[in-house]
Amino acid sequence: MEIYLDNSSTTRPYQAVCDKVAEVMRNNYGNPSSLHRLGIAAEKEVKAAAEALANALGVRPDEIFFTSGGTESNNIALRGAFLASRGNQIISTPVEHPATLNTLDYLEGEDCHTDFVPVDSDGRVILSEFEKLLSSDTAVVTAMLVNNEIGTIQPIPQMAKLIRSKAPKAVFHVDAVQGFCKVPCKARELGADMISISGHKIHGPKGIGALYVKRGTALSPIIFGGGQQHGIRPGTENVPGIAGLGTAAAHCFANSAEAAVRISELKERLKNSFIQNIDKIRVNTPERSAPHILNVSFGGVKSEVLLHSLENEGIYVSSGSACSSHKKEPSYVLTEIGVDRAMIDGSIRFSLSEFTTAEDIDKTAAATADIVKRLRKLNLR
Amino acid sequence: MKADVILLKYGEISLKGLNRPVFEKQLISNISHAVAPLGRFSIRKSQSTVYVEPLDSGIDMGLAAERLSKVFGIVNICPAARCEKTMESIEKTTLECLAEMELGGKTFKVEAKREDKQFPMNSPQICRHMGAVILKNTEGLTVDVHKPDILVQIEIRKDAYIFTEKISGAGGMPVGTAGRAALLLSGGIDSPVAGWMISKRGVMLEAVHFHSHPYTSDRAKEKVIELAKIISAYTGEIRLHIIPFTDIQLDIIDKCPKEYLTIIMRRLMMRIAEKTAVANGASALITGESIGQVASQTMESLVVTDNAVSMPVFRPCIGMDKEEIVSISKKIDTYETSILPYEDCCTIFVPKHPKTKPSISEIEAAEKLLTDPEGMMAAAIANEELVIIKQ
Repeated sequence: MEIYLDNSSTTRPYQAVCDKVAEVMRNNYGNPSSLHRLGIAAEKEVKAAAEALANALGVRPDEIFFTSGGTESNNIALRGAFLASRGNQIISTPVEHPATLNTLDYLEGEDCHTDFVPVDSDGRVILSEFEKLLSSDTAVVTAMLVNNEIGTIQPIPQMAKLIRSKAPKAVFHVDAVQGFCKVPCKARELGADMISISGHKIHGPKGIGALYVKRGTALSPIIFGGGQQHGIRPGTENVPGIAGLGTAAAHCFANSAEAAVRISELKERLKNSFIQNIDKIRVNTPERSAPHILNVSFGGVKSEVLLHSLENEGIYVSSGSACSSHKKEPSYVLTEIGVDRAMIDGSIRFSLSEFTTAEDIDKTAAATADIVKRLRKLNLR
Repeated sequence: MKADVILLKYGEISLKGLNRPVFEKQLISNISHAVAPLGRFSIRKSQSTVYVEPLDSGIDMGLAAERLSKVFGIVNICPAARCEKTMESIEKTTLECLAEMELGGKTFKVEAKREDKQFPMNSPQICRHMGAVILKNTEGLTVDVHKPDILVQIEIRKDAYIFTEKISGAGGMPVGTAGRAALLLSGGIDSPVAGWMISKRGVMLEAVHFHSHPYTSDRAKEKVIELAKIISAYTGEIRLHIIPFTDIQLDIIDKCPKEYLTIIMRRLMMRIAEKTAVANGASALITGESIGQVASQTMESLVVTDNAVSMPVFRPCIGMDKEEIVSISKKIDTYETSILPYEDCCTIFVPKHPKTKPSISEIEAAEKLLTDPEGMMAAAIANEELVIIKQ
């Protein structure tokens, strides 16, 4: 039986999601914009999904826009808000996802200036530094709720408070792709104007996501078409995907309070087992962090080799973050929090889900200890 | 120009003597294989030219030309218009061809070849006549007989053929006319180039890849399969033998001095490749080594590696610089795949200070420390995964 601990890369969809997507694809094939009853039936699916997401975020359904996923949501949010703003400065953090960093990089060419607020050794934004960067010229602030590589939770509500007092015109975007349904994510409590969400991180389908845009937020469209979704994200809606996302959000949100506690305990159990049984390790995930992510460096081991050795045991994990593991450069997140190069090369991310069992954790702990011992024996360097 | 037919010119084969038909037959068979997926074609040869004509309508001749540009043995590829063998028809077709081209400010020249000596005009007469016709009926063209921008070529054979474009072919000799060799294919830049170069001389390829899961990922294996697929557009079918190598590597690390790891590993790879070659009817090995590129490719190391096998080892990259190898890999389209960063078996078990000047006697002594290399090699070969790569 496989043990899947790569849930920050993607998750196994709920059975209910698979059923919903298949059912809607087969039966509700109408275009939500059509005037006839097939169109209305499809539109209802879209509305129901918007309601499920709105409920989870504590917002209104007409503030939800469906996108192809987290990357597109971040692009629409950052580029759209910057275009609609008079300010020239964007503030972000150095530990954001590439979907944010590369969008900011692109905007640099569009007369935008980005300031990155320093983070501490936990990867958490230093609020006093953040405060210093805010000004009347600040157009957009963007930060992730939960870091995808190490699980750090950013002090979003505190940041929001500072923005309201120092840069009231700035739009605050929160990338909640890793945090949604894992940590509290009510728009009002976070103080966010926009929130990015991805379907496949919450046991929904891939290729579907959403962007919450608070009513009244100035946002210019960045793609153009037939005017669907108020022109913010035109194009015929991906109805089966949207319905699947709605189902996933409803389930995941309903389970989240109970699951967060249990997943967090399992994570502690895994971490403690590593600390007790394996020497020369570094726990890269901070004490206060999202319940499902545990990033650990094993000294003297190449993470890719450890990953494939675990794979042989039917245990699936990630070396650093999957998005950067195709490149050979060391993880910029781990570099940023001061992990040295040798330890970065031995870093593994274990990411849990509500499907993870105590047995999975114990097997993973034992297998990891065995493999690390074995690999260290044939250390060449 | 919409090509009715593609004329293929072959070079070296036409210099062959009595066995020339063998080469021609193989070339025509390879050409048929290359274009077969696009539809039905008539393929015939006459006077060092192969004519590839579509029998089905709607065949994309541009795509056919592209596929033919990867067939070894062809020097030039000329997509041509075909017409009746009368001057009237030739004039009309030539002007039609030119009408589709950008002519403003360009120079041209007409070349004619008359294979059918019954045709009323001889070659210089055709050139003069057609030159005048073109000048009179087009705008912006002037004549330049030395360095024309557009070379209008007219061949009078069974029909008349008119072409203005000459694409370089892949050169070399038809694959299948020079035996079979086994290529040691890693995921790197050099080995696909080496395989391509030897295959260019008419050699069929058998490929051997060493896989070290979990020390290398399955993506590394997929990458090698992809590389074999890219070069198979030139070489035809490749039988790729994927040999599990982890146990052997671990045994070497366990028993032998660290500084000899790479060289002993290379020797065992060569021996496994040789055994695989023999079992599959290949009579030589091919590697991508180049003198001095890395520690295992110093001349001393190459001597020791070579000594492990009795088969000849072809190393076509031996005198090339990295940039020269890279430029070929870009030309044959393997470069982008080769540089994907998945660890391959050569990069992960690398000692910090490898021996750069090993001697055969010290390596043989170090190898004696292995308990049962023959048994391990036999086990690895028995557990090979065979992937047949076809276009």
